[in-house]
Amino acid sequence: MALVEIRGLHVDFGSPARPLPAVDGVDLDIGAGEIVGLVGESGSGKSMTGLALMGLVDAPGRVRAERVAFDDQDLLALSMRERAKLAGGRIAMIFQDPQASLDPCYTVGFQLDEAIRLHGSAAERANPTARRERAVSLLREVDIPDPPQRLHAYPHQLSGGMAQRVMIAIAVAGRPRLLIADEPTTALDVTVQAQVLALLARLRREHDMAMLLITHDLPVVAETADRVVVMYAGQVMETGDVPAIFEAPGHPYTQALLDSIPEHNEGRARLRTIAGVVPGIDDRPTGCLLAPRCERAEPICSSERPLLRGGGAHRAVRCHFPLLKP
Amino acid sequence: MWRFVLRRAALVVPTFIGVTLLAFALIHLIPGDPVENISGERGMEPARRTRLLHEFGLDRPLPVQYGSYVAHVLRGDLGHSLTTHVGVAQEFGTLFPATVELAFFAMLFALVVGVPAGVIAAVRRNTAADYAVMGVSLAGYSMPIFWWALLLILFFSVQLGWTPVSGRIAVEYDVPAVTGFMLIDTLMAGDLAAFRSALSHLILPTIALGTIPLAVIARMTRSAMLEVLREDYVRAARAKGLSRMRVIVVHALRNALIPVVTVVGLQVGLLLSGAILTETIFSWPGVGNWLIHGVQARDYPVVQGGILLIAGIVIAVNLIVDVLYGVINPRIRHG
Repeated sequence: MALVEIRGLHVDFGSPARPLPAVDGVDLDIGAGEIVGLVGESGSGKSMTGLALMGLVDAPGRVRAERVAFDDQDLLALSMRERAKLAGGRIAMIFQDPQASLDPCYTVGFQLDEAIRLHGSAAERANPTARRERAVSLLREVDIPDPPQRLHAYPHQLSGGMAQRVMIAIAVAGRPRLLIADEPTTALDVTVQAQVLALLARLRREHDMAMLLITHDLPVVAETADRVVVMYAGQVMETGDVPAIFEAPGHPYTQALLDSIPEHNEGRARLRTIAGVVPGIDDRPTGCLLAPRCERAEPICSSERPLLRGGGAHRAVRCHFPLLKP
Repeated sequence: MWRFVLRRAALVVPTFIGVTLLAFALIHLIPGDPVENISGERGMEPARRTRLLHEFGLDRPLPVQYGSYVAHVLRGDLGHSLTTHVGVAQEFGTLFPATVELAFFAMLFALVVGVPAGVIAAVRRNTAADYAVMGVSLAGYSMPIFWWALLLILFFSVQLGWTPVSGRIAVEYDVPAVTGFMLIDTLMAGDLAAFRSALSHLILPTIALGTIPLAVIARMTRSAMLEVLREDYVRAARAKGLSRMRVIVVHALRNALIPVVTVVGLQVGLLLSGAILTETIFSWPGVGNWLIHGVQARDYPVVQGGILLIAGIVIAVNLIVDVLYGVINPRIRHG
């Protein structure tokens, strides 16, 4: 029984008569305690998928889905207020630019306290001293040195890595079952990236917390995630378990992504790149979304959009001519 | 912090020279002089005129007059009014509370209406509410104060009879001036009827004077809010599960207020110049009204001293706003 079950998720912009799909029929399952890597280029709809799950898609964006369930609870049936209660509590989210994600006008302590006051235990919600103790222990948990002192710091006094640790502390204040991490390390230095990923992996173990890791960084996924979902232009191209997909990609797009990573191609003189760019939201091909950029495209690829065809054990590929026969 | 205050204080010196020079030059550029004004239409015999000019020190060359004026000012002597013979500083001190009372309520009105209007316009962007706020504030900003004030008087005082036409309090009340602020003085005297009268006299001048700052503040709040609402920390605050109201007021508005505070500081200068018009129209016994009479009577010490004092106050307010900016914006405080 999956913790998160998404079927046919759409996020549309543009007019209802001529909708522009940012997310175009995404299915996504996340098991309890599982780390799912959601991978894709900029504009592939991966961040929008995370925001839709949080209930944070702003007008003019419109969200519809056959089913969005969390812990067997139908999120689409909830009122805005009930939905907001889940956010920051049992589902938490951290973002790409941690320093910009903390309000510059308030101290770390204030911003932690806000989260604890909403999502902490009953004792913490009632008692400021208990909240302060919890805030200190949260900062300690994310390896911030000298936590009592840090409560008084303003965001501009923190480094990027420290700021992301604070964001993580705020996110786990409500003891979430699912953490959505949207490019959590992209804005950080390489050494700090590794520390933050290690921290996330540790918290996931200790709290038995599932994680949706949204990133364009495949090596990060290879190291951290249990399962991968590859998105392109708003649709899922391929999903599968981490070692399987990295060893034998089933979709030409996944193959192309892997071909562009240095770590995956040692000994090769030149890395391969994918020609062209992701088609714009108002300029999607009628056939396979990748057809204009695909080396293996046949006539049928430009006329008919392939379905996401499953092959048991978590594996599914959306291609007329998959690289691996399911 | 203190170095910042000192640096700002050092800027006062050139400003002081500029203000005194400008006030001095402008009032002497107006045709006529105080003696001519005293003599009236029938004229005055030349010998008496020469004697009076000499008495006022107006027969000396202009640079000498300016030099002696500045020398007196530096010793703290702003001179005496040529018409009432009361010290300029003393007259200013008596009348200034009336102007402060008016300006304070005008600014309060502008903030209390302008900030929420700007927030609503930003949050409900491109809706009827937004267009209404922006349209009304554009109209308010474009309207000349004197015309707007006359419209208010014609409608509310003359047509509807809701408010008095002019003055600070009805003539039947005699309240001892303790603080100079009519609302406080009437309360201290325990005279509720007088307090109500003072309040009703305050309403129209407050609206007339507050309209332009209101429009500026509403537009500034809206654009600052629109910018802040796009920030990552607003999205992150929502992701924490905070209520919409709390995200807008505690996180978005708090950040949007930083530029708004600067605008409020700049508005104080405009408010005092607007007070001159408003006070004249409503016969409000403040320094604006007094300055206009000073100009008409060519009362050089009153005009020069009044302008200097008002300029000093505007400078002080802007300094306070700059310091406040550091309080409201942690990035400056720890910068």
